[in-house]
Amino acid sequence: MYAFTYQRAKTVRQAAGLLAKNADAKLLAGGQTLLPTMKQRLASPSAVIDLGKVEGLAGIERKGRTVVIGAMTKHSDVATSAIVREAIPALAALADGIGDPAVRNRGTIGGSVANNDPSADYPAACLALGATIVTNKRKIPADAFFQGMFATALDEGEIIVKIAFPAASKASYAKFPNPASRYAMVGVFVAKRGSDVRVAVTGASSDGVFRWSAAEEALRARFNPKSLEGVSAKADGMIADIHGSAEYRAHLVGVMTKRAVTAALGK
Amino acid sequence: MTTVTMTVNGKSVTANVDPRTLLAQFVREHLRLTGTHVGCDTSQCGACVVHVDGRAVKSCTTLAVSCDGAAVTTIEGLANGAELHPMQAAFREHHGLQCGFCTPGMIMAAVDIVNRKGHVLDEHTIREELEGNICRCTGYHNIVKAVEAGARAMAPGAAAIAAE
Repeated sequence: MYAFTYQRAKTVRQAAGLLAKNADAKLLAGGQTLLPTMKQRLASPSAVIDLGKVEGLAGIERKGRTVVIGAMTKHSDVATSAIVREAIPALAALADGIGDPAVRNRGTIGGSVANNDPSADYPAACLALGATIVTNKRKIPADAFFQGMFATALDEGEIIVKIAFPAASKASYAKFPNPASRYAMVGVFVAKRGSDVRVAVTGASSDGVFRWSAAEEALRARFNPKSLEGVSAKADGMIADIHGSAEYRAHLVGVMTKRAVTAALGK
Repeated sequence: MTTVTMTVNGKSVTANVDPRTLLAQFVREHLRLTGTHVGCDTSQCGACVVHVDGRAVKSCTTLAVSCDGAAVTTIEGLANGAELHPMQAAFREHHGLQCGFCTPGMIMAAVDIVNRKGHVLDEHTIREELEGNICRCTGYHNIVKAVEAGARAMAPGAAAIAAE
């Protein structure tokens, strides 16, 4: 790890101020991605602004049909939250499948969403549930937030404060984890609200998380895994690496979507 | 340099550290608590697991300065003097180790599992929960047995029952 200046923010405003003064600074949330990246010298920020002591950034509350999760809320707290488990059990299950227990005790939802790793789990939940990402400046709908691999709508000096997830009538996340890293080889979050169906896929595309519109259309006609027969994802633009070819991932997208729908139906 | 103050195994410590110092480095090199091991150094193997404010974390992927004000427990903080912690005793009893390198992390993770999941753990739960702890010697069989027994031994009143 290269040397950096360590700054501890007490408020979001202060963190934003520090960030504005130094375009090269990085925010530290749970550090489960940033620190390994810095250790490998793939990132070398001149300053690290620790959000760990910022008051009011962690916590989960229910507002009507919406679950609002603070950016610094740890994965383990989302996984075990009575509110999340009752309102959006698929989201709690997703959080419970990230990394391993010790990683979940430190990693945060805001960090994961801000990073937008193409194989991260939370972006799929945000996109499928139609979440709203609330920053210190504005509210960004998930559809406009994720803009390709590691790219988001966040401006310089913009900090995620919380994320609001509207509950769905049926939802499930089906993940095919890489057996070593536990990152999603392919993860599919399916959410049904009234007649609307949203299908978000992570891990597969080199553009990062995306909505699979062909599957959404088929499932809007009838929310059943059988509706997906004959619907296949294109291998074009899928990630190809030592873990699987583009064709393999495209095939997995179909398989995991069917599994997610089956699970959402409680079958 | 940044000043950090934390409680480690019940003792308050203050140090001036390079902000790059990882919690694992801090406890090993500054406090000479070398029971915490660094295996992979990439947050996968779990040899470095310690508790921060009662939760198991990977100390190779945590900055020491982020733990300012926190209560940290390392493997050295588990035993009560010469008397092993019930989870340590269970690892000895069931031979839940071979070379022993992963053992401190295994035991710290195991205590965390009991804190979260209770004293009665089935084999499947233990294997799932040990996902972030890698042992390259044993094949996990005795580790799982040790965790199951250690969990039971950690229950309030378990020592009294065992003594009867």
